[in-house]
Amino acid sequence: MNGAEYLLFILMLAVFLGFELINKVPATLHTPLMSGANAISGITVVGAIAIAGNGNQDLAQWLGAGAVALASINVVGGYMVTDRMLGFFKKKEG
Amino acid sequence: MDFSVVISLGYVVASGLFIFGLKMLGSPATARKGNMISAVGMLIAIVVALLDQGIVEFQWILGGMVVGGAIGAIAARAVAMTSMPEMVALFNGLGGAASLLVGWAALAPDATTFTLVTIVLSILIGGITLTGSLIAYGKLSEKLASGAITFTGQQIVNTLIIAGVVGSAVMFCIEPANTSWLYAVIGLSLVFGIMVVIPIGGADMPVVISLLNSYSGLAACAAGFAIDNNVLIVAGSLVGASGIILTQIMCKAMNRSLSNVLFSGFASVSNEVTEIDGEIKPINAEDAYYILEAATNVAIIPGYGMAVAQAQHVVKELADLLEANGAEVNFGIHPVAGRMPGHMNVLLAEADVPYDQLLEMDEINPRMESVDVAIVIGANDVVNPAAREIESSPIYGMPVINVADARTVFVLKRSMASGFAGIENPLFYKENTRMIFGDAKETLSKLVRELAG
Repeated sequence: MNGAEYLLFILMLAVFLGFELINKVPATLHTPLMSGANAISGITVVGAIAIAGNGNQDLAQWLGAGAVALASINVVGGYMVTDRMLGFFKKKEG
Repeated sequence: MDFSVVISLGYVVASGLFIFGLKMLGSPATARKGNMISAVGMLIAIVVALLDQGIVEFQWILGGMVVGGAIGAIAARAVAMTSMPEMVALFNGLGGAASLLVGWAALAPDATTFTLVTIVLSILIGGITLTGSLIAYGKLSEKLASGAITFTGQQIVNTLIIAGVVGSAVMFCIEPANTSWLYAVIGLSLVFGIMVVIPIGGADMPVVISLLNSYSGLAACAAGFAIDNNVLIVAGSLVGASGIILTQIMCKAMNRSLSNVLFSGFASVSNEVTEIDGEIKPINAEDAYYILEAATNVAIIPGYGMAVAQAQHVVKELADLLEANGAEVNFGIHPVAGRMPGHMNVLLAEADVPYDQLLEMDEINPRMESVDVAIVIGANDVVNPAAREIESSPIYGMPVINVADARTVFVLKRSMASGFAGIENPLFYKENTRMIFGDAKETLSKLVRELAG
């Protein structure tokens, strides 16, 4: 597999899907949507993991370890704060 | 043992859960579960990433995750809802920084030109996201002056920076072994992030945050290309697309193009002073109470001033008392009220206002004529009738909440200074407008006491 065309193909499909998914989100949820999406962008952690564990003791490994830490803040903080916010949203009772 | 099939399948499942989670984030009833599902997707992605054969030592990975996770958890718990905009800005910046580092680390001697281009892109977008977000954080938390910072020759400086970025990026792709090009790209992208955000004022922050949100996704996406990982591409482009949509919505709500927001401060649009007829009619809280007591339909229009005064809880108290008094109470929320998309909704939700009472601009405007009292709390430009009436006004054409259509308008305001954009507001001079000067929270507390007593 792989090769640039394949990755570009995935990119195109995901962008279209993203536009379709987000288009109809009500304004009330814009902030949680943004912070929830932000948590997803912490997916970089997945890429950083392999680099941080390469065992080479080289620059790449330190960069990877730094990226793991930064992306982890983004992932954990992002999901938790989104959950906290969404916990406030209630429908009118009765 | 080779786990590569498991890893690939794990990434497919994770991508599916992200998509599903985002879809569920689209409705208030399912949003919390959607966020949870997306978090499960992330967990799966991380677990299968740890199965990678190339990993020979785990201490740095675990160390990074523990430190980062703990900081994130503490921050997420401690942050006040009024500080959400700067929190989101900061998280965006960290995501960008992580992508920058991954792009940098992906540099290998045998990299193809395509990989080199994607490395440059992830460094560039990641770097802009990092420093741009830090400046946005500084402005939002008032650690930096929130106004637009402009200086003569700014355009020339920016043009030189762009030329420098492009030049060093091209040279890096041609000569990857020469690390000075790499450092030049990193340094210039960091400087460029600062330059992009400093000329943008506080009221335009909803656009900037949305855009940086999009960039943090695009940076992850570029990093995905650099290290040949499709879950990064899928997740990153989903975030990129969502940020771009929010950016568009915010620009539309201000009737401005993205380039207008990014490249010109409000002040430079027009300095014309327009004469406004009429006079300011201030009233005190007690008189306001008599009018409110007789009202059967009340609309509350909050703005950034409500967040500054931390008045959301007392607003909710007031709404409850008015409802107990037999009035119908609704909230009208302008898309760019506050400092980030949906800012007011989160604050009011925190204060226990049910979300079905929060009406969008297009829902509240047709009802405005049947409203007895519209209470404007710390909002200015988003209720400025100049947007409809005065063609020379810099905000002419921007959709606003038509509070002047209500029978009576109360404007809670600290003083007569004009709004952030520095534009006169004819609303204050309208026949049916009454100004209640003072701290919004104190004024509201007085009204609450009168109504309760």
